[in-house]
Amino acid sequence: MNIDHHLDAATLVAYAAGTLGEAFNVVVASHLDWCPACAEDARRAALLGGELIGNLEATPVSKDCRSKTLSMLDTATLHRFPGTPASGGEVPEPLGHLLGGKPLAELPWKRKAPGLALYDLPLSETSGGKLFLMRIAPGTAMPEHGHGGEEITLILSGAYNDKFGRYARGDVADLDESIEHQPIVEPDAACICLVATEAPTRFKSWPARLLQPLIGI
Amino acid sequence: MLPKDHRADPKNEDMAARRLVQRVAKNLDRAAFAELFDAFAPRVKTFIIRKGASPDLAEDLVQETMINVWTKAGYYDPAKGSVLTWIFTIARNLRIDRIRRESSRPVSELGDFDPPSDAPASEEILARKDEARSVARALGKIPREQMEILTLSFIDDLPQAEIARRLKLPLGTVKSRMRLAYGHLRKTLEQPN
Repeated sequence: MNIDHHLDAATLVAYAAGTLGEAFNVVVASHLDWCPACAEDARRAALLGGELIGNLEATPVSKDCRSKTLSMLDTATLHRFPGTPASGGEVPEPLGHLLGGKPLAELPWKRKAPGLALYDLPLSETSGGKLFLMRIAPGTAMPEHGHGGEEITLILSGAYNDKFGRYARGDVADLDESIEHQPIVEPDAACICLVATEAPTRFKSWPARLLQPLIGI
Repeated sequence: MLPKDHRADPKNEDMAARRLVQRVAKNLDRAAFAELFDAFAPRVKTFIIRKGASPDLAEDLVQETMINVWTKAGYYDPAKGSVLTWIFTIARNLRIDRIRRESSRPVSELGDFDPPSDAPASEEILARKDEARSVARALGKIPREQMEILTLSFIDDLPQAEIARRLKLPLGTVKSRMRLAYGHLRKTLEQPN
């Protein structure tokens, strides 16, 4: 996989610190599964945390806590990682796990507009974000839009082009909220993306803004 | 109780800790585990209390973290970072999950997607050996304003937007300071010693 578009270093630092929202976490972990370069950056960013935390003062732990922990060792069954459902490489493992190993084609996609179908992934109630899969038909031009909040998109299949270049499988668009763009999907195949947002995407033109409540993104 | 200068040499601390984790993984060695507990549990507790947890909850999470160290020792991969970083990743994820009690998807599961890798090649371990020292060096040199943001992120667990609000800075400034801090670390790591 040839990946040209990577995560913002600020996103990787926040990921390493564990402060990203739930939806962003899934998209970032998914990209890292496919992108050794970003995975190495995330590993290094975590070293910063290790060093900062290593400098923390020690707070005495009670004898009770220590002996309780030691007495639990016998009963602590050896942890086995749950078998990750094989996604056959179609999607990154963190996403494959959420989809229960189901192929993308078999998901109950919801058609939201001509050429556009969505599939929502559940998040916990406290999460302020949204996580969904988006399938855009070949050749579709999305309305030009900015991002009221932040958004990270991972391309799973197909490709689109916008003013920043070509985005294909494995590429990630880690867009600043101030950025506006108009992605156009390439004509030969649908483009399927994993999208995490922290606030509703705001389309620019009036018709598009009218469309937004209809398609719900 | 650890001597006060236990952080004097992070590299040696880590080499010793790796051997202990290995003994736990291979032989379920309880004495090795007790040593890990004494070395790391007090800092894990400080880390959890910093977030405002009561001492009782903090000890609960210390216990849970260390039990995870016991059960997951076989998955610790030295190529990915120090034992300290690994233990605090466990602690942080457990702490996040405790906050999101109702979450159907524990964050601690995300890390579980890292497949247990084969033992790293010895030259890779050698390359990583000086890393801890480089990280300390890099952190020692970054401007106070970047350090502040790293501390709020890694120690106080604040999201970027919350840091921006607290410091009355635009979000973009918080992000660019994070980028600069990371860029500085990368440069230090890539410099020949």
